[in-house]
Amino acid sequence: MSTRLATGGRLLDKGRALEFTFNGKRLKGFEGDTLASALLANDQMMVGRSFKYHRPRGIVASGAEEPNALFNMGEGGTFEPNQRATTTELFGGLTCTSQNHWPSLEFDVGAINNRLARFLPAGFYYKMFMHPRPLWKHVYEPFIRQSAGLGKAPRDRDADTYEHVYAFYDVVVIGGGIAGLLAAREAGRAGAKVLLMEQTAHWGGRAPVDGGTVDGQPVDKVVEEILSELSDMPNVTLRLRLMGAGVYDHGYLLGYERVRDHQPADKGPRHRLWRIRAAQIVTATGAIERPLSFAGNDIPGVMLASAVRDYAVDYGVSIGDRTVVVTNNDDAYLTAICLKKLGLDVPAIIDARPHGASQLTEEAKALGIRIETGKGVAKVKGGRRVTGVAICMQAGEGSAMEEIACDAVAMSGGWSPVVHLWSHCGGKLIWDDEKAMFRPDVDKAPTGASGEAFVVVAGAANGALGLADVVADAHAAGQTAAKAAGHKPKKSAAPKADSPSENAIAPIWLMPQGAKYELRSKAWLDYQNDVKVSDVQLAAREGFESVEHAKRYTTLGMATDQGKLSNINGLAILSDALNQPIPQTGTTTFRPPYTPISMGAIAGAARGPIFQPLRRTPMHGWHEENGAYWEPVGHWRRPYTFRKMPGEAIETAVAREIKQTRDSLGLLDASTLGKLVVKGPDAGKFLDMLYTNVMSTLKPGRCRYGLMCSENGFLMDDGVVARLDEDTFLCHTTTGGADHIHAHMEDWLQCEWWDWKVYVANLTEQYAQIAVVGPNARKTLENLTEDDISAEALPFMAWTDITLGGIPARAYRISFSGELSYEIAVDAGQGRALWDKLLEAGAEFAVTPYGTEALHVMRAEKGFIMIGDETDGTVIPQDLNMEWAISKKKDDYLGKRAQARSFMANPDRWKLVGLETTDGSVLPDGAYAVADGTNANGQRNVQGRVTSSYYSPTLGRGIAMGLVHNGPDRMGEVIDIPKVDGTVIKAKIVSPVFYDPEGEKQNV
Amino acid sequence: MSDAISALPGAAFEGAVRVEESGLQGMITLRGDFGTAKLKKAVKDTVGVAIPATREIAQKDGRGAAWMSPDELLLLLPYADVTDALGKIDKALSGTHHLAVNVSDARAMFRLHGATVREVMAKLVPVDMAPGAFAPGQIRRTRMAQIPAAFWMTDEDTVHVVCFRSVAQYAFDLLKDAARSEGRMGLFD
Repeated sequence: MSTRLATGGRLLDKGRALEFTFNGKRLKGFEGDTLASALLANDQMMVGRSFKYHRPRGIVASGAEEPNALFNMGEGGTFEPNQRATTTELFGGLTCTSQNHWPSLEFDVGAINNRLARFLPAGFYYKMFMHPRPLWKHVYEPFIRQSAGLGKAPRDRDADTYEHVYAFYDVVVIGGGIAGLLAAREAGRAGAKVLLMEQTAHWGGRAPVDGGTVDGQPVDKVVEEILSELSDMPNVTLRLRLMGAGVYDHGYLLGYERVRDHQPADKGPRHRLWRIRAAQIVTATGAIERPLSFAGNDIPGVMLASAVRDYAVDYGVSIGDRTVVVTNNDDAYLTAICLKKLGLDVPAIIDARPHGASQLTEEAKALGIRIETGKGVAKVKGGRRVTGVAICMQAGEGSAMEEIACDAVAMSGGWSPVVHLWSHCGGKLIWDDEKAMFRPDVDKAPTGASGEAFVVVAGAANGALGLADVVADAHAAGQTAAKAAGHKPKKSAAPKADSPSENAIAPIWLMPQGAKYELRSKAWLDYQNDVKVSDVQLAAREGFESVEHAKRYTTLGMATDQGKLSNINGLAILSDALNQPIPQTGTTTFRPPYTPISMGAIAGAARGPIFQPLRRTPMHGWHEENGAYWEPVGHWRRPYTFRKMPGEAIETAVAREIKQTRDSLGLLDASTLGKLVVKGPDAGKFLDMLYTNVMSTLKPGRCRYGLMCSENGFLMDDGVVARLDEDTFLCHTTTGGADHIHAHMEDWLQCEWWDWKVYVANLTEQYAQIAVVGPNARKTLENLTEDDISAEALPFMAWTDITLGGIPARAYRISFSGELSYEIAVDAGQGRALWDKLLEAGAEFAVTPYGTEALHVMRAEKGFIMIGDETDGTVIPQDLNMEWAISKKKDDYLGKRAQARSFMANPDRWKLVGLETTDGSVLPDGAYAVADGTNANGQRNVQGRVTSSYYSPTLGRGIAMGLVHNGPDRMGEVIDIPKVDGTVIKAKIVSPVFYDPEGEKQNV
Repeated sequence: MSDAISALPGAAFEGAVRVEESGLQGMITLRGDFGTAKLKKAVKDTVGVAIPATREIAQKDGRGAAWMSPDELLLLLPYADVTDALGKIDKALSGTHHLAVNVSDARAMFRLHGATVREVMAKLVPVDMAPGAFAPGQIRRTRMAQIPAAFWMTDEDTVHVVCFRSVAQYAFDLLKDAARSEGRMGLFD
């Protein structure tokens, strides 16, 4: 059993016991424990069931690479699935449950899959669930969804808060181990502004556990010394619990800070996402030990040798009384020696190498540890817990020579540098045959805009495994980074460290070398996704030769740990199966984030009221208080309609608004319309190029409607242009067009016509704009002004400056409804005041504020087009019969040439018409009109589509506009428009102007 | 004129720093050729300062000029003086290609005051807020969370933020959130 030792635990505060709950059991740990160490101290070796076969699984590692110990953490608003026990700091009151089992961890129905393992090989789902097709949707998928997945999805809203922060440094060092500390010190000494970040709660990384001396001092003392020096440097920032999550172009780096996961009672943000710009990034991210692939390497109690050592030294936890060490390198001997010195039994070191280890052999032997060289583990005995190992010749097929009883197995398949952050932005790797690892190719670092490297790698992450190499490499890396960031490091000798001489690692990817199928099919590569050696071999046989294909076929490395333990072992097996060297197979792509980061951290503060900006007009408050039923228009909220009383139906309200406006007086908040001032001696020339018609001939004081097309000829915006004076125009754009038409104008002025004398300013928000609409519009304004706004003084398509209710205003006599209509612009700060005055002045006419739907219906009744309804980026003005708005006289305008192309000038294009249903019903918006026959794909031919469709309360029937093949030539013809329910509506092609075709109502 | 109101009159919040809406602020967008003597004089006559250098802001006696782009300035002056000032600018620059418009009502403005304003801003804008990197006299046109914004400091403890009027509530809510006292991280201590 695993248990807490009487002594040891350098990270623990044994004076502070903490209570926590696992699967409802109350357990005790200490401050300084991780959840994993605390569980192990309580003999909770088995922590979950595997994903596919539901095999019992235990803790394998002690850090971010842990694949098995994932828990549902917390409850209610703080519930979060898939939390890794090895990186979760214990706190009092922690509550967690294990995942992926039913009904309980100890007894799990899904474990039957383990018995069926033979029938569930790689690609099983792809092969099995293809046929018959309907079974997937109704049988397979619901079943798989029920049984698949790790943690549960949270049900409640996240109770915590999150934030982002932007930070800028010369040098950011990722990893606070001995390498990171040394690199940071060198960069700091050179005067660089440095951030040193460490993902765990402790500085020093593995060094204090693994030991050794630097310049004659024990390494843990050296760590303290460097830390103290760094703390005194004002140019160095030290941050714990901050992980380097991703490296991106131009020195952009994401850091993930777990601010108070370890102290959930604290106030403030739970996680913080650091959005960093660094001139240079040093990845001192260490290395991760690899498992060995032998049968039963997933049985709880089989653990990485380094993890066994970590738990003993850092947390005073013994994984078992009797631990067999299995290895292909010298490093694991440290675990055997460490355990033995703690008074625990190590029945044997099984070293696959014929010659065993170097210096450490003597030390192990002196402690009385039996060493078996050239041997391997044939299989691990046990179910929910290791009970022993069967030993075999590594060179053989796995015939057991001897069984050794034990309750833990410490394995080491060598070390893989953590190259993730190096690789995120394009750093290349090379295969180091001697060390059996991929390590960064320092000549092919990620490069910045200037082509210079912006990432430097340091220490074990660079493949330097012994302390002496680590120290020298990190010292140099710190200097290199400082120099590259523009500082001048003083020449200084690297510290000298002692590390024992080692024998070379043997590249052992399968144990024993000739393992039979029954062994290979129990030798796990990827614990979390349940991928075995036999699966990868099967994938290779079935032709998945690319490592990326084999990965997806087998799901190797696709779990939440992203293959930190399994990738190298898996691709070695694949290489072997393909009979090619490992570098030829290559690695899969390393993508950010390094470990999963919370959704909350990504969202930051963007939730609730600040999820997204909401744009409000100056009259927004009134709308809100008066029953506005909102419609999102970009980031604006515009009233779709106003409900007079809470129960009023939307359709009723819209109809009421239209009727009242047409009969008497309506008010519309039109403030969202774009308002761009264009000024300069060349302004007229500029607008003649932008609009399809001529604007330069417009007289000051007058307005003109214009269309704007893209270079490709397609209609992109429309609106009324007012000429303010000789030099100055005010261009109204659509609400959605305000910003991009402004950008469009600047684009042409800055990039193409840079010598034209034109300035543009976006005044959209300077003005509140209110449309006063209806037969009583003029009378209402006259109630508020002394100025002459008679039909003669202010005719249709003219504007004038007036004073309305004491407020300076500009009145444009323009109409989008077909009624007598004025749009009144005032400074935004007085918008609400004017709105209130208009309501008061219009009271005698039963003034009715109306929303966007009434606006839409009224414009459709008049046959006015709407950008985004009648246009969709493929429509040209000619399609809308708007030749009248296209100047024939002008040499050029944006879109002119495109519109002359054969397919644009083609008479076969669909053109705008009105559609009148024969039964008076409302056509579905976007519906297609069908034609006879089918196309090459066997689809029904179509001859048009509905672009706008409404119920017109004015006419008491459905009205629509649509684009129909040769439409204008087919007036009176009836076409078929099927609905999704299979029925067909018949619609007559008519003029799109349904109401007041002579324009008598606005011309008064 | 008298009944003009700012975007969020009186809005204020006390947290790690104080956040308050600044009330009505006169602003003129002035575009033209910075190299011409006429423009230089017009700026000086209107707001009492010389044209600021790139990404800088010059202020004096409640007036000022901020660099917005190589051919655009933002002039700051009392709200009530804008109409008059526009008239004078147009007169002074008549015959010179320029554009001067009132944008006072198009904007909302906030004042942040407190010892940790740099840190509060660092949570919202992709700008290096470190004391050596950003100082009073400089201005940044940038992005604040999801909206465009410009800001400058008038002293070590005071930041002024300008954004569009329509997003004033969002900006205020954002600033409040970043100014919560619990989130302190000691970034520039």
